[in-house]
Amino acid sequence: MSDTNRRAFLKGSVILPPLAALGVSSASSQQTPAVDELAASAPAAATPAADDYKPTYFTAPEWAFVQAACARLIPNDANGPGALELGVPQFIDRQMGTPYGDAANWFMQGPFFEGAPEFGYQSQLTPKQQYRLGIKAIDAWCAKNLGRTFAALKPEQQDDVLKKVEAGTIKSDEAPLKTFFSGFLLKNVMEGFFGDPMYGGNKNMAAWKLIGHPGARADFMEWVDRPALYPYGPVDLHGRQA
Amino acid sequence: MAVTNKSVDVVIVGFGWTGAIMAIELAKTGLNVLALERGEDQDTVPSFAYPKVVDEIAQSARNGLLQNLSKTTVTIRHDKDGRALPYRQIGSFKPGTGVGGAGIHWSGVHSRVMPEELRLKTHTLERYGRGFIPEDMQLQDWGVSYEELEPHFDRFEYVCGTSGKAGNIDGVMMPGGNPFEAPRAREYPLPPLKDPPTSVLFAKATKELGYNPFPLPASNASRPYRNPYGCDLGPCNFCGFCSDYGCINYSKASPQTTILPALRAMPNFAYRTHAHVTRVNTSADGKTATGVTYIDAQGREVFQPAGMVVLAAFHLHNVRLMLSSKIGKPYDPNTGEGVIGRNFCYQLINSVNTFFDKQTYINPFMGSGGVGQAIEDFNADNFDHGPLGFIGGGIIWGRQTGIGPVRGIPLPKGAPTWGSGWKQAVKDNYAHTGRIEAQMSNMAYRGAYLDLDPTYRDAYGEPLLRMTLDWQDNDLRMSEFFGDKLNAIAKAMGATSASGRVLKRGDHWDTRAYQSTHINGGTSMGTDPKTSAVNKYLQSWDTSNLFVLGANVFAHGIGYNPTGLVGALAYWAADNIRSKYLKSPGPMAAV
Ligand SMILES: Cc1cc2nc3c(=O)[nH]c(=O)nc-3n(C[C@H](O)[C@H](O)[C@H](O)COP(=O)(O)OP(=O)(O)OC[C@H]3O[C@@H](n4cnc5c(N)ncnc54)[C@H](O)[C@@H]3O)c2cc1C
Ligand code: SF4
Repeated sequence: MSDTNRRAFLKGSVILPPLAALGVSSASSQQTPAVDELAASAPAAATPAADDYKPTYFTAPEWAFVQAACARLIPNDANGPGALELGVPQFIDRQMGTPYGDAANWFMQGPFFEGAPEFGYQSQLTPKQQYRLGIKAIDAWCAKNLGRTFAALKPEQQDDVLKKVEAGTIKSDEAPLKTFFSGFLLKNVMEGFFGDPMYGGNKNMAAWKLIGHPGARADFMEWVDRPALYPYGPVDLHGRQA
Repeated sequence: MAVTNKSVDVVIVGFGWTGAIMAIELAKTGLNVLALERGEDQDTVPSFAYPKVVDEIAQSARNGLLQNLSKTTVTIRHDKDGRALPYRQIGSFKPGTGVGGAGIHWSGVHSRVMPEELRLKTHTLERYGRGFIPEDMQLQDWGVSYEELEPHFDRFEYVCGTSGKAGNIDGVMMPGGNPFEAPRAREYPLPPLKDPPTSVLFAKATKELGYNPFPLPASNASRPYRNPYGCDLGPCNFCGFCSDYGCINYSKASPQTTILPALRAMPNFAYRTHAHVTRVNTSADGKTATGVTYIDAQGREVFQPAGMVVLAAFHLHNVRLMLSSKIGKPYDPNTGEGVIGRNFCYQLINSVNTFFDKQTYINPFMGSGGVGQAIEDFNADNFDHGPLGFIGGGIIWGRQTGIGPVRGIPLPKGAPTWGSGWKQAVKDNYAHTGRIEAQMSNMAYRGAYLDLDPTYRDAYGEPLLRMTLDWQDNDLRMSEFFGDKLNAIAKAMGATSASGRVLKRGDHWDTRAYQSTHINGGTSMGTDPKTSAVNKYLQSWDTSNLFVLGANVFAHGIGYNPTGLVGALAYWAADNIRSKYLKSPGPMAAV
């Protein structure tokens, strides 16, 4: 169904319960309040990747780290632009300003105890705090052991540091680095890369094009039983095509 | 108490699937019915409208439609000597909130129950003997029979517009359906959905292996449909934003699409949102519920008097309300006495990603929550357990639920997790990856139970529900058996490789990764008040004007998805309330 058809369908499907069958007089029926369907179905305003973006949450050294880490985690290579080029650092910075940044929907009451990994996140650090402490600890490790902050290292050195943080061999008393890496940094990089461009990453839907994902098309009635290459490019939540 | 409302005939706690069913079925009698829902009001338009809702960041990454854990959650431990830790982030299960409950973001797989599972203890003793049951396994019969429930399964399927193919109509085997199916009175209301690539490959492979594939019954409409309440469903377009999402097309059965349009029109029904119920109030002798207490949007404590109370607040909250309201004796794992919290069960899921060559397109972004092909050759007691030495079974399926990259792109074993190698791997694999799964029953054990946490409290000052549960030897041996079947099926499907999660002996319940929201047990139904919290009509043994709905009334786990049974039990309870209880209120079953 095209979008216009879909809206027509939605409009057409006003649901009429047979009131008589229910023994209810129609005079007393409550109607769902009328809503402007177009306005109500619109996503929030887009804040796509901007060339002159200035971070709001991250400090200058943190911003340098986030950009450098993005460039290594999803590099710009023969398969096209990477996380840095697609605006993922901006995505992460913007996310810090949402309820997620403060762990608003997580249970954050104490007491806090460490548990077996199967019991999930047990730290009292919010995402914002994870980044603040995690970046500081990694930069401190790099400065001490390699003589420069993470952002100033060579790409191969950066890869090596990230691998060691992921494996848990670079540790810090100041931050749970392994959790920071897998539960925040890498997770948020993937979200920014593949999320809708309205959130600041996935510029021009390049990540969707890379893997052949059609984005927000959400209508495969004619295609679901065809095991063939899907021929259409992606569409984003604001209706842009690429 | 600060505020006391005007009394109603029936107050229903929670306005999701079971709350909506009970509300309309009791409102039809003319009773004054009020539903109290803790979350927001929501409806297809505006809440689940396209394009707004098909947003992986908002719904899947940030859990837009799920219970806000900062308000209330549970604590979890593996055994009764461990320290329970809070479920701080959404992981293994995804409780809903707001009007419609988890009936909004569910997938739509719509099953019944196998007749012998409702009398599993008797059946196991008959077929395998007492020595077959592990010592700490608490098997029991449910007190209700499949034949009694059949009209109610039928009713719920016709309300949902379930798409499927009958395998057994009144004992006559139907080609193309599930040959293990328990007898049903008539065909499904709608024909099966179209098969996506994963399901086609799965059906072919399982047939070659000598199994009996059939289209999984799905409450995602395959055609336009008008249900018995006069509510209209439109055909599912395989949008790929189903599980975790509200349906954009009025296709997935939910309280909103199948019941509320009719219910809202009834003058003797009302519902209130932002009403978080904290107690069922009872008379001094505990035998009568007098109403419920809730916290309203302004934080005020409100007493809502009622002639009858129905708990429909989802598994977790139904059990917690029984415990915090001190109705029924709490279960004690040391003595095995008490019933509230007893026989808490879950399900085991083995999930195998199947990777195909570049010519084989799966297109995993297309799909629907319930669409797929399945086999039940190893469900319930459809196979001889004797030589295998475990109790329980499950369903194996090749579903294609629709998935996008923010929800995670599975990769073959050994693929890098980031960097250029990862980028190459997602590019190569995304369009060519399917998934097959086994969903298996988790039996009831003496040491698996629910009680109130002694340490942690929620935003309302109430103790959290504490879960004590881990996989047991019986279940893990079953899981290994299913793991072998899955690997053989993956190979027969032509997968070039497979990766995933198969639970093996030594594994523990991992609360981090999503598996299913099919937790059950805790206020079992049954015939004996010493081992059940409610009778066969879902009426509390202790407080006869209190009815308890939800998967918490299961006596033990099943391999099927629960909602077909949960819904049927709600219709069954409503039917008996109308035909028996309202005529002569009081206990409906003899002790
Ligand atoms: C992602 C997902 C996929 C699923 N897929 C399937 C599937 O394919 N097949 C299947 O059979 N099942 C599936 N399920 C399970 C299905 O959603 C549930 O079985 C079903 O919704 C249970 O109905 P219920 O009425 O018990 O609870 P719900 O539908 O969740 O309704 C409970 C309501 O009570 C409210 N509530 C809770 N506590 C309180 C309180 N204290 N005061 C007031 N209100 C309260 C909640 O906010 C909620 O609205 C799935 C679930 C999830 C999360
Ligand atoms: S896949 Fe079908 S049933 Fe599911 S949300 Fe999309 S249109 Fe609705």
